[in-house]
Amino acid sequence: MSLKKKSLLKRIKNFTINFGPQHPAAHGVLRLILELEGEIVKRAEPHIGLLHRGTEKLIEYKNYIQALPYFDRLDYVSMMAQEHSYCLAIEKMFNAKIPRRAQYIRVLMAEITRILNHLLAVGCHAMDVGAMTPFLWAFEEREKLMEFYERVSGARMHAAYYRPGGVHVDLPKGLLADIFIFIEQFNLRLIEIEDMLTENRIWKQRLVEIGIVSSKESQDWGFSGVMLRGSGINWDLRRSQPYEVYDELEFKIPVGEKGDCYDRYLIRIIEMRESLKIIDQCLNKIPSGPIKSNDNKLTPPSRTEFKQSMESLIHHFKIYTQSFTIPSNETYVGTEAPKGEFGVYLVSDGSNRPYRCKIKSPGFSHLQGLDFMSKGHLIADVVTIIGTQDIVFGEVDR
Amino acid sequence: MSSNFVLIENLKNISKICPVKKIQLFNSEITLVVKADDILNVLLFLKNNYFCQFKVLSCLSGVDYPKNKYRFAIVYDLLSIRYNTRFKVKVFTSELLGIESTVSLYSASDWFECEIWDMFGVFFKNHPNLKRILTDYGFQGYPLRKDFPLSGFIEMRYNESSKRVMNESIELSQEYRTFNFISTWEY
Repeated sequence: MSLKKKSLLKRIKNFTINFGPQHPAAHGVLRLILELEGEIVKRAEPHIGLLHRGTEKLIEYKNYIQALPYFDRLDYVSMMAQEHSYCLAIEKMFNAKIPRRAQYIRVLMAEITRILNHLLAVGCHAMDVGAMTPFLWAFEEREKLMEFYERVSGARMHAAYYRPGGVHVDLPKGLLADIFIFIEQFNLRLIEIEDMLTENRIWKQRLVEIGIVSSKESQDWGFSGVMLRGSGINWDLRRSQPYEVYDELEFKIPVGEKGDCYDRYLIRIIEMRESLKIIDQCLNKIPSGPIKSNDNKLTPPSRTEFKQSMESLIHHFKIYTQSFTIPSNETYVGTEAPKGEFGVYLVSDGSNRPYRCKIKSPGFSHLQGLDFMSKGHLIADVVTIIGTQDIVFGEVDR
Repeated sequence: MSSNFVLIENLKNISKICPVKKIQLFNSEITLVVKADDILNVLLFLKNNYFCQFKVLSCLSGVDYPKNKYRFAIVYDLLSIRYNTRFKVKVFTSELLGIESTVSLYSASDWFECEIWDMFGVFFKNHPNLKRILTDYGFQGYPLRKDFPLSGFIEMRYNESSKRVMNESIELSQEYRTFNFISTWEY
């Protein structure tokens, strides 16, 4: 009996597995179809949309003020950064100027939000890779930051604090002093987190030269924020297209060299430091004065005013029922949210509701790049890459 | 924005080189309105021209104007990191025509185009994998069209007797009402 050579060869087929949608490392509801050859990823196909809530459609049916809280719920770890884009878009269409104090408050809260987001990004990334401790420290700090949220707006997360024309209310007494105390001690926490991770052998083995994105690729795939800076492109909307008072503040923009996960981790840590610096400058520079524009066609009058003046009462009533109307126009405004460029493309038709509000979320473009980033890596590295992209499904699925 | 100046100067020439229908300006935002057939060429020009260098497609959005003959506006938001400028390119199309896919120019437009196909039903020719991306598996209809009702057509519920999730046509105990609160007075 002779064996044919053909029948001796084993026929090897690539192994396809389903990752998620309920997987702790998927950062929410990500379903990945992974095609594996041994442990090497050949193809990663993300299936998104499991958290699709039709935000854009809902916004079309709400007036401009009612639409604002939807933005908190998109990327639910960097809430105020998204309100920011929306408010700026409306102010641009309204041609409204907002007072200096409001601008400083916005920048202050935006940077708190950045720390809030990066703590979760680094903490969860570390946990996905296997380091539990930084995650616990990060969440303790996050809780303090959310307390600041609560003190300004009454809500820990979904603040709806930025309003078109300024912010909702002035900062409560003593908040700035407490933020100062926070930044003093937070520097130490950052050093601790860095102690655990930056030079950690395991951490470096898992991150260095994983998920390399070249600068050309990062532009081609429409990356923004840390993903773009990690690939060596010095691009930060706070610097290049400054909004609010960012052009008066001093901060550095960390830029990566290799474009791997480790670079992006370092950038996030350094960005937190820079955010602390910005917060510190804001604390010193913040002027006193009004916190919202006095254009009563855009912002409601203050409580005391509307109890005394008939006209203010009418304005108050008009704003909270009809909201304001914006003449037919369209604009695209992008701001530097912690995850990248968060853009709002707003089309108005002269009524009190947005005709169309397209939300450009950074995570959507980033997740799209997962396939090329994870190609040729081990299956465990997929988790690292999802972590480094800092995916939150609220904004990806919208 | 001094770099914008280069572009504004350049804009005069763009209309000579590129088949542009209209140029709209709002504050510092520039929008080129382009014929649907020319979109690929215009984007190729904007991406590679030395004075444009729009290497990043930051956003691709669709808008539905049901009254128009070409009811969908597809808006490409381009970003030039080199010149620190944004640019919008707008194309009008209808549900029957469809437009050329730009995946060959910008990899980023892959999912963006899927999203527009999913939400508006605008077909992109030569797209490598045009699929429904955000809606549920097996979803029908195009939710962001203006004629699609906010509450949709189906609802999903867990059926206790058959022990599974089922889709049923939606039943509202009260008709959905929109209050627009718009003032009837001119002021």
